[in-house]
Amino acid sequence: MEELKLYTYIAVFGTFALYFAIAWWARAGSTSDFYVAGGGITPLQNGMAIGADWMSAASFISMAGMISFMGYGGSVFLMGWTGGYVLLALLLAPYMRKHGKFTVPEFIFDRYYSKTARVVAVACLIIASLTYIIGQMKGVGVAFSRFLEIDYDNGLYIGMFVVWVYAVLGGMKGITYTQIAQYVVMIFAYTIPAVFISLQLTGNPIPQLGLGSTLADGSGMYLLDKLDLVVTDLGFKEYTTANLGSTVNMFAYTISLMIGTAGLPHVIMRFFTVPSVQAARASAGYALVCIALLYTVAPAVGAMARLNLMNTIEPTAGQNLEYAERPQWFKDWEKTGLLKYEDKNGDGKIQYTANNTDKIIIDEQTGKEILINEMVKVDRDIMVLANPAIANLPNWVIALVAAGGLAAALSTAAGLLLAISSSISHDLMKGILTPDMSEKNELLSSRVVMTIAIIVSGYLGLNPPGFAAGTVALAFGLAASSIFPALMMGIFCKKMSGPAAVAGMCSGIGITMLYVFQHKGIMFIPGTSFLGGMEPDWFFGISPNAFGAVGALVNFGVAFAVLQVTGPAPKHIQEMVENMRIPSGTVSAAHDH
Amino acid sequence: MEENKETYWSENLRLIFICLTIWFIVSFGLGLLLVEPLNEIRLGGYKLGFWFAQQGSIYCFLGLIFWYGAKMNKLDKKYHSED
Repeated sequence: MEELKLYTYIAVFGTFALYFAIAWWARAGSTSDFYVAGGGITPLQNGMAIGADWMSAASFISMAGMISFMGYGGSVFLMGWTGGYVLLALLLAPYMRKHGKFTVPEFIFDRYYSKTARVVAVACLIIASLTYIIGQMKGVGVAFSRFLEIDYDNGLYIGMFVVWVYAVLGGMKGITYTQIAQYVVMIFAYTIPAVFISLQLTGNPIPQLGLGSTLADGSGMYLLDKLDLVVTDLGFKEYTTANLGSTVNMFAYTISLMIGTAGLPHVIMRFFTVPSVQAARASAGYALVCIALLYTVAPAVGAMARLNLMNTIEPTAGQNLEYAERPQWFKDWEKTGLLKYEDKNGDGKIQYTANNTDKIIIDEQTGKEILINEMVKVDRDIMVLANPAIANLPNWVIALVAAGGLAAALSTAAGLLLAISSSISHDLMKGILTPDMSEKNELLSSRVVMTIAIIVSGYLGLNPPGFAAGTVALAFGLAASSIFPALMMGIFCKKMSGPAAVAGMCSGIGITMLYVFQHKGIMFIPGTSFLGGMEPDWFFGISPNAFGAVGALVNFGVAFAVLQVTGPAPKHIQEMVENMRIPSGTVSAAHDH
Repeated sequence: MEENKETYWSENLRLIFICLTIWFIVSFGLGLLLVEPLNEIRLGGYKLGFWFAQQGSIYCFLGLIFWYGAKMNKLDKKYHSED
């Protein structure tokens, strides 16, 4: 244990020292440096930065755990969070780069010639980003407290301080270079344990291939077949075919995540930092390469962790593990409360099945008792962090995973903070309230706003509101139902007018929020569903998390209906859109802004 | 010049349409709607539908973005050689 602690300190503080050094070296001098890194980041650098920005604690820590327990159903996250980049590269990024502004609300303001549209966009952006940050801050607190063995509050304070130093100092320029370093840390931390585990289980060092290989235990059985067999024996759904609700739900869920990805402002902002339209297209490709490296490993991590967990609890068929002989990682995670065991039948052994009743039932035909589940709690989020320990990997690998998890949470938090501070200081203050603010004051105000945003999100991380868990889905739903359709219509339908777009955005968001609140209570306060207790998922079996897809359809529908009534956008706007569609010409670029 | 703009845009739209069709087929088609019949076919230890949902679709997305980027670079050169 002492050795592990030492390695963890070295890994975590070593990487932090690196981030600080980079932030100091690349500190921002102008607003352009601060918002878009002076517009001079290469596509590969930008791709890595987007990768770090995009892959949050949710991707790094939670996703493989979700796949682990959902099996095939977990595919919605894999396809949804990668497929969105196709939409970004084809439909949004090149044109928004061509137009050349700092922020998404600014683009919306220009295109829809309306301050209302700008304010609506700022509101969407802040809600989506803030709710996202709470999750990151929580991840930082949990990771610090688990690995450095300090309490959660102090872990969070350290995290806030670290983000503050490099985000406020460096702006986009510092953040971009820091994120490149964080991406490298993150990807090593994720793939190294996966390579080891794949090698152990299948003899193949490449996890993507190992998942489709035969087991190395001499049985000649395919890993996935074995996993299917093990989980169905215990009454769980078959791993490779387990559905998430229904096909309709999975369909809607995937679409929501895809267009939510393409509509999240902190990712779109990244495309303003590259030097040309061609570089914007290439950036999306490099970003997806960097992301796919982790996302194609994740299913292997999930499946292998599940198999290892099952094998630990039931080493040979019918012979369950004695609770007294449980391994060290089991005891460590029991301390955190994320893993719980109850000896329901009093035999001192651990049973892990899908049968969650408390009564012991005897099967009449065989005369044996039917096994009941004694693993009362197995939190999905522990799978990635506990994975190296479950597989008996060396301590330095476990330390590396700790540093990787922190890199994931911190890099995303910094990107989101930048999106918030730029939308408040650039769009709300300079754009609408005090247009004659000097560049120096704008820079100062964005730093002040960022500091305030860190304090607010830190406070929310310390006192997580009841809705913390439900908000990531809401962030995607909001972006999918409001920002994405507005941007897409802005580029592909040159007649689309301001009032129509505002109506579309408001109704898209509105209906999504209503559906979520109807299921989870107004502002997630249970028991306040305004229509009384309706059937869950009553709309074609679509879960609230997947409803952003419907919201987006409503947005498109309403916008086109209003367009018919109010008439098309003015001539000069249509000309601007035409200009946006060609890569050359004289639209102001970000750096001569 | 005006005519150039129009043909450039319509060629771009055609490319986007092709890419999004493939994008839809590999993810929603092969990974979701047709997953059951495809699962009858094996790719090593993978059931094919499962493979598309958790691996194949992502590789196809990558191919699509780079293919589109390369095609558009050519198109940009053809229509806007002054850059």
